Amino acid sequence: VTEADALPAGEVDVGTWHRLHPLSPVVRTGRALIPLAGVLLLRLAGSNDHRNYLWDLGVVGLVALAGVVAWLVTRWRVEGTTLRIESGLLRRDSQRVPLTQVQAVDVIRPGIARALGLAEVRLRTAASSGKAGRLAYLRVAEAEQVRAQLLAIAHGVTADAPAPPEWPLYIQPGGRLLGSVVLSRPFGVLAALGVAILVTDAFAPAVAGGILSASLAYLLAIATVVWRRFNAGWRLRVGEAADGLRLRSGALETTAETIPRGRVQALVLTRPLVWRPFGWVRLQLDVAGTVKSREERQSGTRPLRTVVPAGNAEVAVGLLDRVLPDRPDQLRPPPARARWKTPLRYHWLGVDWNPTALVVTGGRITHRTVWVPLAKVQSLRLSQGPVQRRLRLATVHVDAAGRRVTASVRDRDVDEAQQLLRELAEACRQARQPLVRPHAAAQREDARSG
Amino acid sequence: VNAPTGLGADLAQEWMHPSPKLGTLRHAEAAAVTVLLLLAVCLPLFLTGNPGPAAIAAAAIVVCGVVADVLLQRRVRAWAFCERNEDLLVRRGLLVRRLSLVPYGRMQFVDVSSGPLERAVGLATLRLHTAAATSDARIPGLPRAEAERLRDQLSTLGSAQAAGL
Repeated sequence: VTEADALPAGEVDVGTWHRLHPLSPVVRTGRALIPLAGVLLLRLAGSNDHRNYLWDLGVVGLVALAGVVAWLVTRWRVEGTTLRIESGLLRRDSQRVPLTQVQAVDVIRPGIARALGLAEVRLRTAASSGKAGRLAYLRVAEAEQVRAQLLAIAHGVTADAPAPPEWPLYIQPGGRLLGSVVLSRPFGVLAALGVAILVTDAFAPAVAGGILSASLAYLLAIATVVWRRFNAGWRLRVGEAADGLRLRSGALETTAETIPRGRVQALVLTRPLVWRPFGWVRLQLDVAGTVKSREERQSGTRPLRTVVPAGNAEVAVGLLDRVLPDRPDQLRPPPARARWKTPLRYHWLGVDWNPTALVVTGGRITHRTVWVPLAKVQSLRLSQGPVQRRLRLATVHVDAAGRRVTASVRDRDVDEAQQLLRELAEACRQARQPLVRPHAAAQREDARSG
Repeated sequence: VNAPTGLGADLAQEWMHPSPKLGTLRHAEAAAVTVLLLLAVCLPLFLTGNPGPAAIAAAAIVVCGVVADVLLQRRVRAWAFCERNEDLLVRRGLLVRRLSLVPYGRMQFVDVSSGPLERAVGLATLRLHTAAATSDARIPGLPRAEAERLRDQLSTLGSAQAAGL
């Protein structure tokens, strides 16, 4: 009988040491074991050499044993406002995640975990290295509880406060999602390649086989991209709770993400050319920090969160109002001579800013609008290429945290660009003041008086 | 040293420049590459009894080397930086002119590195990192001691003004 029994049903006492769910090694090593088992069966069918067979069994056994040992030595608990994860048998690894620095909390359920009723809780911090806190795996109900409690601690509420209520903002219609995936560039490439292979197959089967085997890896990669886009948007429900935005989605692997308030680094609204007749837009958020887990390493990172995979403009504006209510919208175009440098972009280009945020529009074929809260701006850059120098133009780049989003104020008059840089630097400094950490402010006072 | 000209030059009064030793280093690099090319192209031609083509190739290589050297020197002089109260400005580039403004409060870390050639002449490169991968502020050719002083000063300023993400 432990202390946890005294708590109401469903509550997790995060202050004491916990182990992960006993079935965790099954899910963790499951992905590795399935291909291994396949190889094993093939070998078994093909040869009578039992010594080899024993070796293979030994390998499988070792992998399974390693998984069990890893589970045995992994424990976690919350100490104050820090999540502590102890792991490793030979090289002890003690990981401490400061909950106040958490950028987002996700609950992820890969296919195997779903079948076993398990889920992973993943914390995203702004650190650029891949070592963020992962609790893989917990029971689903437990994972939801832990997520709510970790977020509550992150917001300075006591751990046993009830989960805050949530009201829905957006539900992605499935049909429109399918349409948007079909009308996307990766799917177009996939379809074009497929048609090309089928057509050549009709005339020259040998050549078609060659093309197929040559482009198989590429085809699979694009198919994965298409699938991810579909899976991430399928049954996407965006809700708002007191502790932030909640995103739930997934067809096979389901994800529940929570983005705490004020962690949004940038917002991107995209209007691809082929979507324009339908009036669809895509709205994405940039959250700092990247997570490279073992599974994601091959496919890279996913820095942008899609909030509206394919919605109409009113939906997007409604969500924008919730995330960034005070938006500048008096777009100013660049000088007319910029048309010589960017004939395709020119009619989309525009910029405006107020003390809260900066908005930039652009794009050649796909129209993009980027909002960056000034408090989140990391650095500013000014650049001028040879053509721009001839035309007395310059570009101001506004860098947001992460890898993907840079708001570029393209091809402004040189003097305007320099003034913009000067004014933005000051406005960003003002906007950043509330974020300056208290101890940092104290140090600053010391530095001044000393 | 030089009068401020070009993009963003009027954002600050006093621009600092990399050490003149960086110019010397670039001279040496240009000369080394030229000599290597001469040895690789002209020597075989000369030894196989083609003094005419060897002379033409040598002249072309030397001219290219001199032009590259002049451009490299101008690029070295184009580097400039300025520590302001709240941010660091770095200006660089000839063909594409760039200016970076990194607020001290946004710095994640500062690192000082020096390659084998830089180390031989006692220089180092300072690099500022923010949470944005696209920020790029680096200052090459600082005397080692100056680079370390700047790093310590920037880290102090950074932690004093550090703002949460």
